[in-house]
Amino acid sequence: MRVGSTTTLDALAMQEHASRPLVLTGARLLDPASGLDEKGDVVVQDKTIRHVGGHDDKVADALRVDCSGLCLCPGLVDMRACLCEPGFEHNETIASGSSAAVAGGVCSVLCASNTQPVIDRVELVGFIQRRSREAAYAKIYPCAALTRQALGADITDIGLLQEAGALAFGDSWRYVANSRVMRQALSYARGFDALVMQHAQETSLSADGVMNEGALATRLGLEGTPAVAESIALERDVRLLRDVGGRYHASHITTADSVAIIAEAKAQGLSITCDTAPPYFMLNEHAVGNYRTYARMNPPLRQEYDRLAIIDGLCSGVIDAIASDHCPYDRESKRLPFEQAAPGSVGLETLLSLVLHLYYDGKMTLLDALSKVTHLPASLLGLDAGALRVGACADLVLFALDESWRVDADKLVSRSSNTAFDGMMMQGRVRATFIDGRLVYRGVPLRKK
Amino acid sequence: MLRADKTHKTRKTQRCASVKACRHILAIEGMSRDAIVALLDKAQSYVGGDSGKRRRLSVLEGYSVINLFFENSTRTRTSFEMAAKRLGANVVNMSVATSSIKKGETLLDTAATLNAMDTDVLVVRHPCSGAVVLLAEKMTCPVINGGDGAHEHPTQALIDALTIRSRKGRLSGLKVVICGDVKHSRVARSNIHLLNTMQAEVHIVAPYTLVPSGIDELGVRVHHDMHTGLRDADVIMMLRIQKERIHGAYVSSPREYYHFFGLDRKKFAVAKDDAVIMHPGPMDRGVEIDSELADDIDRSLIHQQVEVGVAVRMACLQTVMES
Repeated sequence: MRVGSTTTLDALAMQEHASRPLVLTGARLLDPASGLDEKGDVVVQDKTIRHVGGHDDKVADALRVDCSGLCLCPGLVDMRACLCEPGFEHNETIASGSSAAVAGGVCSVLCASNTQPVIDRVELVGFIQRRSREAAYAKIYPCAALTRQALGADITDIGLLQEAGALAFGDSWRYVANSRVMRQALSYARGFDALVMQHAQETSLSADGVMNEGALATRLGLEGTPAVAESIALERDVRLLRDVGGRYHASHITTADSVAIIAEAKAQGLSITCDTAPPYFMLNEHAVGNYRTYARMNPPLRQEYDRLAIIDGLCSGVIDAIASDHCPYDRESKRLPFEQAAPGSVGLETLLSLVLHLYYDGKMTLLDALSKVTHLPASLLGLDAGALRVGACADLVLFALDESWRVDADKLVSRSSNTAFDGMMMQGRVRATFIDGRLVYRGVPLRKK
Repeated sequence: MLRADKTHKTRKTQRCASVKACRHILAIEGMSRDAIVALLDKAQSYVGGDSGKRRRLSVLEGYSVINLFFENSTRTRTSFEMAAKRLGANVVNMSVATSSIKKGETLLDTAATLNAMDTDVLVVRHPCSGAVVLLAEKMTCPVINGGDGAHEHPTQALIDALTIRSRKGRLSGLKVVICGDVKHSRVARSNIHLLNTMQAEVHIVAPYTLVPSGIDELGVRVHHDMHTGLRDADVIMMLRIQKERIHGAYVSSPREYYHFFGLDRKKFAVAKDDAVIMHPGPMDRGVEIDSELADDIDRSLIHQQVEVGVAVRMACLQTVMES
């Protein structure tokens, strides 16, 4: 029996290797879903994982790659990223956004519905899927709008959209303000067991705000969004959820109050989940400093007290997942007076390192931190991803846990460079990303999936 | 003349050599006590007397000052124009209505254009907080903030300080009460910073809706009742309230506002006997202040504020050019 040949990641990058079995040897295997954390091998064949664990040298004709010194975990699953196609291709495309994804170890992306036109029809879901097949480096799944054109008035064809492949429903950065519409949407979606995602910011309180309300906003003369804008939206939705049922997910929660509200709703047994994004556990309102537009976010960065509560929420499990909140904008959209600048930060390429920050800060174990970006979001979306399991698709990330690097906005793979973390030191860096067992990223995006 | 021209050129060369060394006047916050006193002293020297008023000085002879106003203004712009002309500068007024900003040019492109024109001083007013700071970062000439959003209006605060100092002889230890729409007021913010730096005691009086959150952290005591707020005040600064904010958005009606927060004789009576009234203008008589009280020459310093306005702006222009 031929045992196969030994090769390196760099050599692998130069060749089309999908036809041969692949054995990644000697890596520290990290699987948050099963709690696995040990040195071992992963065998990949025909796009799927064939073996996880102890040393395996029996696979015939395999390419063996020595991965010692690296960590191997399931490819990351991102619950919310703007890929801007169709409509805003000057900011990002499915090709550029997905290459940023694999550079950040993200293998599955739920792309937000805030495109132009809005993803509110079956044809648009088809468009995203087709562009994903043609141009994407990572797996792109559409999130459809909950209401037509995300206007918050009429609900979309939730059933048909779901059949076509939409994994969740939400108006991305728009709050469904009308309580009747939200009630109908939750209730209707229940018939399809569809996940309803809400940008929980009460519009009448948040519309004029450009940063967190408080002493800093007052000093800078900027209009503030009070934290209560988020609490009110969440509390209303919790009431509706209790009334009509359904599966509800609050996107990017940012305040201490929100954590408390969701904790209580979960304790009552409601089907509620939520996520947050790295800016909200890494930064507070002071990042705005002297009108730094790159720190303008929607929802805004909150107080230090809130940031700490978000970390607590992640540790206690109240917050289920961490999404990148990847929100690309060209340079011109940020080089404006603060209140005219576009809110948001790119986040795909820094996601893993910032999640690891929770581990390095001693807040969470390595596996718990990784679970927020792997099997937990995957299970919310009903995706068979985010686990190192025999039979699962071989979406894998190899990263150097100790490697430090400095974020350089100009070197990001994404078409836009509006990161809130420019110049920040990170610890832990993606070295290689595999999708369906094929190496798609090794220092640079290599090939489409 | 020849000599002046020479100096002009040397100064320009120096300036271009070190862009970063440009001295702007963007905010009162962060300005030292000494810097404030120096500006006030210089302004004082321009107040009254024939030298300041009648004759054209040659301090800025041959220099060009651009007044770039993204927001309507009559008083501030005219005052800056007068100041620059009295110092001998050439003045160009640019306002939004006639500029390419309306055609979609960004603020930073405007900065590049003005840099290319080799402007000497730029005076900017903009409706967005922080816009003048942003512009100044890209300018190769000194920039003076003529008011940005609800952030700062440094020259107005200097005017108010000089007015108070002229009347009271000092700023420290005075009880200064700022009344009205503090939330949307850049004048209030600049005044709070300046008065705190000069060790005055700053109070504000406003309905809850017009008190911005966390204002106490800037070093003020907050009141919601004129009678308690004005007690033993040395100086009362009234602020303008915009019409649209007084019809239901922040305050129910002008009638109610005047009843509780308008300055009249009765409310004024609790202040010190020699208390003075100020207003950055333009005034809304009968909404925020009793008309007769506003014209009381013993009590109202509103005219003096306008008078020293030109002197303060002359001092600011000269100071940034000397840097």
